[in-house]
Amino acid sequence: MKNALKKILKLKILVFSIIFASSAMAVDFSGKRVEWIVPFGEGGGSGKWAQFYAPWLSDALPGKPTVLIKYMPGAGSTKGANYFADRAKPDGLTILGTSGSTQFPYLLNDRRVKYEYKDWHVVLATATGGAAYVSPKLGVKSIEELSKLKGVKLLYGSQGATSLDLVPLLAFEILGLDVQPVFGMKGRSAGRLAFERGETNIDYQTSFAYISKVVPLVKEGKAVPIMSWGALDADGNLVRDPNFPDLPTPADAYKMIHGKAPSGPAWEAWMTFFTAGFPAQKMVFLPKGTSREIIDTYTEAFNKIFNHPDFPAKSKKRLGTYPQLTGAGAALNLKQATTVSDSSKAWVQNWLKDRFGVNLKK
Amino acid sequence: MWEALTAAFEIIFTSTHQIYLFLGVILGLAIGIFPGLGGIAGLSLVLPFLYGVDPVSGLALMVGLIAVVPTSDTFASVLLGIPGSSASQATVLDGFPLSKQGEAARALSAAFSASLFGGLFGAVLLSLLISVARPLILSFRTPELLMLTALGFSMVGTLAGKSMGKGLVAAGLGVLASTIGEAPANGSPRMTFDLWYLQDSFALVIVGLGIFALPEIVDLLRQDRSISEEPKLGSGWQVGVKDWWHNKWLSFRCAGIGSIVGIIPGLGGSVVDWIAYGHTVQSTKDKSQFGKGDIRGVIGPESSNNAKEGGALLPTILFGIPGSGGMAIFLGGMVLLGLETGPSMLEAELNTTYTIVWSLALANVIGATLCILVSPLIAKLTIIRFPLLAPFILMMIIFAAFQTKQTFWDIVALFGFGLLGIFMRRFHWPRPAFLIGFVLADQAEVYTYQAVQFIGVYGLEYIISPVFLVLLLLTVVSVWIGAQYNRKMHGHGDEKNESSSLQNRRSELIFTGIVILFLALALGDAWLVPILIDKVFPLTIASIAMGFAVYVFLMQMVGGESHPVHGDNEIQQDRELNKRSIARTLGWFVLLIALTAVFGLFIASIFFLLVFFIIRAKTNQLNALLLTLLALGGISIMAWSLNRDFPPGLLQQYFDLPWPFR
Repeated sequence: MKNALKKILKLKILVFSIIFASSAMAVDFSGKRVEWIVPFGEGGGSGKWAQFYAPWLSDALPGKPTVLIKYMPGAGSTKGANYFADRAKPDGLTILGTSGSTQFPYLLNDRRVKYEYKDWHVVLATATGGAAYVSPKLGVKSIEELSKLKGVKLLYGSQGATSLDLVPLLAFEILGLDVQPVFGMKGRSAGRLAFERGETNIDYQTSFAYISKVVPLVKEGKAVPIMSWGALDADGNLVRDPNFPDLPTPADAYKMIHGKAPSGPAWEAWMTFFTAGFPAQKMVFLPKGTSREIIDTYTEAFNKIFNHPDFPAKSKKRLGTYPQLTGAGAALNLKQATTVSDSSKAWVQNWLKDRFGVNLKK
Repeated sequence: MWEALTAAFEIIFTSTHQIYLFLGVILGLAIGIFPGLGGIAGLSLVLPFLYGVDPVSGLALMVGLIAVVPTSDTFASVLLGIPGSSASQATVLDGFPLSKQGEAARALSAAFSASLFGGLFGAVLLSLLISVARPLILSFRTPELLMLTALGFSMVGTLAGKSMGKGLVAAGLGVLASTIGEAPANGSPRMTFDLWYLQDSFALVIVGLGIFALPEIVDLLRQDRSISEEPKLGSGWQVGVKDWWHNKWLSFRCAGIGSIVGIIPGLGGSVVDWIAYGHTVQSTKDKSQFGKGDIRGVIGPESSNNAKEGGALLPTILFGIPGSGGMAIFLGGMVLLGLETGPSMLEAELNTTYTIVWSLALANVIGATLCILVSPLIAKLTIIRFPLLAPFILMMIIFAAFQTKQTFWDIVALFGFGLLGIFMRRFHWPRPAFLIGFVLADQAEVYTYQAVQFIGVYGLEYIISPVFLVLLLLTVVSVWIGAQYNRKMHGHGDEKNESSSLQNRRSELIFTGIVILFLALALGDAWLVPILIDKVFPLTIASIAMGFAVYVFLMQMVGGESHPVHGDNEIQQDRELNKRSIARTLGWFVLLIALTAVFGLFIASIFFLLVFFIIRAKTNQLNALLLTLLALGGISIMAWSLNRDFPPGLLQQYFDLPWPFR
C-alpha cells in the first residue's frame, strides 16, 4: 500500500517535471501568495532578515507574487522546520527560512529533529557574525587586558547551551574565562537587557543587533567590546570580521594569552560549530521534490535582487556587509553548515553533558 | 519636549497621515471584534504594505491599529462571554452577566469610556516618561520582575471565590497546564508523552476560549434562550458613561496599573486585565456583586488594557525590546519604515516619536467614539435567540483556535479545555485563578530560576532594592486583603448547599478525584525529569496543589453542609433552567469537530450550519440557507483579508482544493 502510494507520488513528480521541463518559461507566480515560514517568533533576527528580503523577493519573482511571512515559533525552531518538511508542497509557494539554531539540533542528533537538510534545495544563504562585549565595571579596556579577568566570575545571559550560544560559551571556555551562563533568556535581546541592567557582565549579539544596539552603548561607555567571532576567508581560515576590523577573533585572543595558536579537540569543535552556525547562518529552502525550473527561478530572483543598484546600500544598513549567496555558492555553504566531523560532534555532545547536564541522545 | 510635541501635532494633522490613522483604527476595530484575534494578526496583515510608506504614515497606521484592539475586543467579552482578545479576559466576569441582565449597552459604553480614558492616560504617560523611562525600565531587574509576578499571583486570593482551597488548586492546575512542553531552562520535556503537539506550551488563546467561552456557549444553548434574560435592552449608553464618571478614580488607578505593567518588558500584556480586576475587587467595599454584573468589574480592566499599549511602546521604542507579541511585530514594522529603535528615537527622531503619542491619543478617541456609536445596535445581538448565534460562534472559535499552531490538535485542545471549563464552572472552581496561574507560570519559573542563579553569584543581598521592597509591600497588602475578603465570605454563613446532602456529593467528589489524579500524574512526571532545574518548579507546584486538593476532597467528603468547598450547578439553581443535557449540547460541538476532521472546517461548516439551523434552531430552510451564506461569507472575507487558512481535514490531504475549501 505504502509502496503503491510512493509510486503514484513518484509518477506525479515525474509528470510534473515533464510539464515544467517542456515549458521552461512557464514558472509564473502572478496572483499567487508565497508563504515564507520563519520557525521563530516575530521579534528575532530571522524575522528581521525575512522581513528585509520579503518585499525584494516579491518584486523579483516572475508575476510579482505577494510574499508573506508566517511565523511558527516553538521547540527551538524544530517545530516550524518539521512542519515544512512534512507539509510543504513542491510548488514554489512555500519556502522556509532557517537559522543556526535550526542547524545545531540537526547536527547534534537532537531527537526533536524530523527534517533532513539533504532533502531540501537551498536558494539563499546569508552569513552573519557576532561580537562579544563586557561591562566597563570590570576595568578591562580591550582584549589585551583579558588576563585581568582571570579568576573573575563572569555572568552571561543565555538562551540555552544547544542554541547558537554554544559558540560563545565554548569560546569563553577555550580562552579560560570563568563564565557562568544564566539560562532561561528568551532571545539575545533579553540577554542584552540583563547586561544593561547590570545583572550580567559579559554578552554577545549577532552583527545586526550589535551594530544597531551595542555600538551606541560602547559610545556611551556602557560596554567594552572584546572580540568578534571572525569570518572565514576563501580557504576556510578564520580571519577578522570585516565589519569589526578592530576586534580580534578568539584565535587572536588565544594567541595573545598563550603565545601560540589554539589547537586540540575543543578548538576543532569550536571551528566546526562556528562554521556551521555563522557563515551560513540563515538560509532559504524549497521543499523536497521541487522542480529544477522553480529552483532556478528562485536563484535568478535572488541574483536579480543582489544586482539591483539599491541593494548594496540597503542590505548593508540592515544585514551588514556579509556575503549573500545563491546558486552554487549557497549550496557550498549549506554543505559546510550541515556537515560536522563525528569527532567534533561527539566532543560537543560530551561537553554539553558534562558542563551543563544536557543529554541530547535518546 | 514641548516644541517636538507641537511639531508632531502639526505633522499628524496633515490629511494623508489622518487617512492612514483612520484606516488603522478601522482595521484594529474589525480585528478586535473577532474573538482570539488580536494585535498580532492585525499588524501581520499590514506589515507587507508598509514598505515604501513614509514613516509617520506607517506609524499612524500601526499605532491606530494596536491602540483600538483592546477597545473593540470588549464586544465579544461583554456580549458573548468570549474573551475578544487576551487583554479582555477579565472583562467577561462582570460584563457578560450585565449582558444577561439586558444591560449590554450600558456595560459597553462604560467599557468604552474606560478604554478611552485608559488610552489617553497611556498616551500622556508615554509623552511624559519617554525621556526618563530608560533608568526606570532598567531598575526592574530579575528580582523585581519576580516580585511583580508574585503580585499577579496574589490576586488569586481575591478571585478564588468562596473556597480559598479550590482557588489555590485551580491556580496550581493553571501553572501545571502551562508547564506542559519544553522546560524554559534546559528544554527537558514535561508531560509531553512524546507527542509533538505538547512540546510547546498551549496557546493562551485556546485556553481562554476553552475555559471561558465554551462553558457559556453550552450553558446558553442548553437554556435555549437569548443572552439577555430581558426581552428589551435596559438602560442606554448614557448610563454607562455616567457609570464610568462615578468611578473615575478607579479608572485612573487601573489605567496607572495598566501602563506600569505595560512599561516593564517581560511581564506580558495578558495579565494586566487580571491585576486590574483584582485591584478593583480589593479596593471596593461592597464586593457582593462582583462576578454577577458589577459595572466596576468592567471599568477596571478596560481602563487598564488600553493604557497598557502606551506603556508597552516605551521599551519597544527605547530598547527595541518588545513586551508582547504584538509589540514584536510593531518593532518589525518600525524597521521596515527605516526607523531604528533606541536612543536615536529621543534625539534625531524625537518628532517622529511624538507623532506616535498623538496617533495613540487620536486613535483612542476615534475608536472609542465609533464603538460607543455602534454599541446600541450591536448590543441587540443579546436579544437574538442564542441558537441562531451559536453555530457561527462555534465555527469562529474553532477557526481562531486553529490559528495558534495550525494543526487539528489545536481544535482538540480547545475541546479539552472547554470540558475542563464546563466542569470547573459546574463545581464552582474559580476559572480566573486557573487563568492567572496559566498566564504567570512561565515567567514565575524563568525569573525564579534566573534569580536563583544570580543569587548564587551575588549573594542574597542582591535581591534587595527599593523597587523590590515596594512591590513586596504591595503583594503582602494584596494577599492580606484577599484573605480578609475570603474570611468575610466564609463568615456570611453561606446558605445551605443542596449539594451538601451526602448523596449529592458524588459528582463533585469525582471531579476533585480527577483533579487529584492529574496532579499525581504531574508529580510523577516532574519526578522523572532528569535535569534538576527543569524539575523543581513543576514538582513544587504539583506538591502544594496536591496538598490543597486532598484537603478539598476530604472536606467535600466529611465537611459540614455549609462548607465553602461544596458546589454543583446541576443540583442547585441552574437545574430547572437547563432544558437539555450537557452531553446533547456538546454533541453538536463534537459533530462540528468530527466533520472538520474529515472535510476541513469550511466544508464542515456548510453542513453543520444548515443542519443546526434547521433541526436545532428550527428555522425554515430559506432562512437557514441565508444565515449559512451570511456566516460563511463573513468568515471567508475575514480569513481571506488576514491571509488565514481554514483547518483542513482528511479530504484535503488527498485532494488539492481551491481556497477556501482547502
